[in-house]
Amino acid sequence: MLVFGNFMPGISAMSAVLQVENLRTHFFTKAGVVKAVDDVSFSIDKGQILGLVGESGSGKSMTGYSIMGLIDSPGRVIEGRIVLNGQDVTGYSAEQWRSLRGNRVAMIFQDPMMTLNPVLRIDTQMIEAITAHEKITREAARARCRNALSQVGIPSPDERLMAYPHQFSGGMRQRVAIAIALLNKPDLIICDEPTTALDVTIQGQILYEMQKLCRESGTALMWITHDLSVVAGLADSVAVMYAGKIVEQGGTAELLDHPLHPYTKGLLDSVPSRNVKGRPLKQIPGMTPSLLKIGNGCAFRERCMRRTNECEVAPPFTSPELNASHKVRCFHPHVSTEEALTA
Amino acid sequence: MSTSLLELKNISKRFEKKLDIAGRFARSLGAGLKEETVHAVDHVDLTINKGEVVGLVGESGCGKSTLGRVVVGLHQQSEGEKFWRGKNVAAMTADEKRAMQLEAQMIFQDPYASLNPRYRVENIIGEAPVVHGIINAKDKSAYVAEVMQRVGLDPALSRRFPHQFSGGQRARIGIARALAVKPNFLVCDEAVAALDVSIQAQVLNLFIKLREELNLTYLFISHDLGVVRHLSDRVVIMYLGRVVETAPADELFTQPNHPYTQGLLAEVPSLTVRKKDFVAIKGEIPSPLNPPTGCHFHPRCPHAASVPGNKCKTEQPLLKQIAVNRFSACHLNQ
Ligand SMILES: Nc1ncnc2c1ncn2[C@@H]1O[C@H](COP(=O)(O)OP(=O)(O)OP(=O)(O)O)[C@@H](O)[C@H]1O
Ligand SMILES: Nc1ncnc2c1ncn2[C@@H]1O[C@H](COP(=O)(O)OP(=O)(O)O)[C@@H](O)[C@H]1O
Ligand code: SF4
Ligand code: SF4
Ligand SMILES: [Mg+2]
Ligand SMILES: [Mg+2]
Repeated sequence: MLVFGNFMPGISAMSAVLQVENLRTHFFTKAGVVKAVDDVSFSIDKGQILGLVGESGSGKSMTGYSIMGLIDSPGRVIEGRIVLNGQDVTGYSAEQWRSLRGNRVAMIFQDPMMTLNPVLRIDTQMIEAITAHEKITREAARARCRNALSQVGIPSPDERLMAYPHQFSGGMRQRVAIAIALLNKPDLIICDEPTTALDVTIQGQILYEMQKLCRESGTALMWITHDLSVVAGLADSVAVMYAGKIVEQGGTAELLDHPLHPYTKGLLDSVPSRNVKGRPLKQIPGMTPSLLKIGNGCAFRERCMRRTNECEVAPPFTSPELNASHKVRCFHPHVSTEEALTA
Repeated sequence: MSTSLLELKNISKRFEKKLDIAGRFARSLGAGLKEETVHAVDHVDLTINKGEVVGLVGESGCGKSTLGRVVVGLHQQSEGEKFWRGKNVAAMTADEKRAMQLEAQMIFQDPYASLNPRYRVENIIGEAPVVHGIINAKDKSAYVAEVMQRVGLDPALSRRFPHQFSGGQRARIGIARALAVKPNFLVCDEAVAALDVSIQAQVLNLFIKLREELNLTYLFISHDLGVVRHLSDRVVIMYLGRVVETAPADELFTQPNHPYTQGLLAEVPSLTVRKKDFVAIKGEIPSPLNPPTGCHFHPRCPHAASVPGNKCKTEQPLLKQIAVNRFSACHLNQ
């Protein structure tokens, strides 16, 4: 039996659409064990948006894939619980996952072609996505597809339903993928960098649609990105991942205005708008360590200006500030008393 | 008065768009597809002065990379004239052209695709300078080490292959390769887009340092407006193949003139804007294959209806001077 160290069941469990508790997803490769997701816990309530931020390889996608039951060999969820609407789905069979996916939970990928089949017409794909989970006439299904396409701002949906994916631009394809995710009104949507390859105007459109969806239908959203500015405008709360672990977690404003972890602070300080125009940006030295070579201590220690001998062991996840929901995995966080001293 | 390094006059680049495999397949199933012409760059005038950093911004597919490739000579323009240091490139001797091609280097959008995977880093960086007689073959190792050091790479890694480096290091290799032929002018095409945020800052700092040390001129192509604002002296905004506005960076960001620039800036996510109410875009984003008539932006422009005589739909607005160093192509400026 597992022991859930820092998870507090109870209070939010009523309205939580998703609870992830001490999730560990490891890949057993020839070169060694890759701890892609290593003790990750969070929950998302109805209608809430969680931003999951981190560099490439930090484990964001694998966290999403784990929740969708999409981890393939050599990877495996080796520990932890995934609870959807109060139901523990961790041990689900492939069959059970299939009936859940696209129905109660949906995922939108960075590349919309992960969702779309290039040789099938859009209507064929969309209708199939409905009839796989529900007994419904083709006409009713078609009407719902048309509706979903208009919902994501695709003009003349009847015409578009007859088209093939390559006849759409990248932004339109992503909107079709989103429309497919919306078809069965899922309780949870995981968006894995869906706008990273898109322009700001199309990104704005997609953010508008996702935000509307959460507000109107109470869908819970997990928004994976490396862009803190997007998270600032969209999310209710933020989790920052580094090398497979959540290193900081809290309400969006709290976390962005008073980052506790040296990594979060470093990222925020390097954003151009926070620097003097034309002058060198504040930068975090070094690069992300290979997940095979982290060892025991804090994974950020090679790049950290605040590290001490203490950091050679793994730091605990704590709330050093009055606000208990703002948590950090660091021995020497940037706490506000220190800010007051240096200000 | 600054002197121009590069001047483009009325430059166009057109592509005959062939159907890809998926397209041919769909056509065989009855989708009404035909081969078409893309006006990737449509009558662009652009001057870049010595020592200047010009930011080039626009939506995906608007022609930024194509313009950059015309600038460094990787594409031959379909129309228009190019002047380098005041001299028409069409009238240059072969030697003059070669000298220009060394002076103007491009750093590519995709650091993976642009480095030959079978070459060791010392050859990727060192080959061109030997071929072009910039250094002697016997000095190659020392020279490569010097260039690697300049871009923050450990010269001890010079015998490695590209796949043995991280994304940020590969970006540095691409920059080192361009610098090795001692250019004066760099076209950086989304040079940091593929990098992690913390690594982006490191590479941007490298660009800032190199500009100061080597007195470089940049055309900096990026869809990241925060990055462009930070680095650029002047910004050029493109929309569907045309330049719609150019202005000194600070003025462009604080007082955008063109309705497209205004719309673009309004969508830029910012760290300081929390729980924003996002708005839907008006109209559809048109395809460069089939651009709207008149002002390309008119189907999305909130002001198109207020310009009399349906002019936005029927007449192309020309790029006109609206203030010192400021140009905009919009009928509202009449
Ligand atoms: N070799 C080519 N053959 C045919 N069409 C091309 C070619 N190169 C570019 N195009 C087309 O020209 C237009 C402009 O492309 P370009 O690559 O310059 O855009 P971009 O502004 O750099 O976009 P991005 O931001 O996505 O890099 C697009 O419609 C593109 O499909
Ligand atoms: N099939 C796999 N085999 C081995 N390692 C993998 C596999 N898939 C992902 N990983 C590793 O898991 C880690 C986290 O990956 P991912 O979640 O995709 O990162 P992110 O989405 O944050 O960029 C990375 O180190 C990655 O290399
Ligand atoms: S635990 Fe130590 S090394 Fe890790 S982030 Fe905190 S201060 Fe830095
Ligand atoms: S010319 Fe007309 S459509 Fe174009 S930007 Fe100006 S007002 Fe808008
Ligand atoms: Mg990912
Ligand atoms: Mg490009």
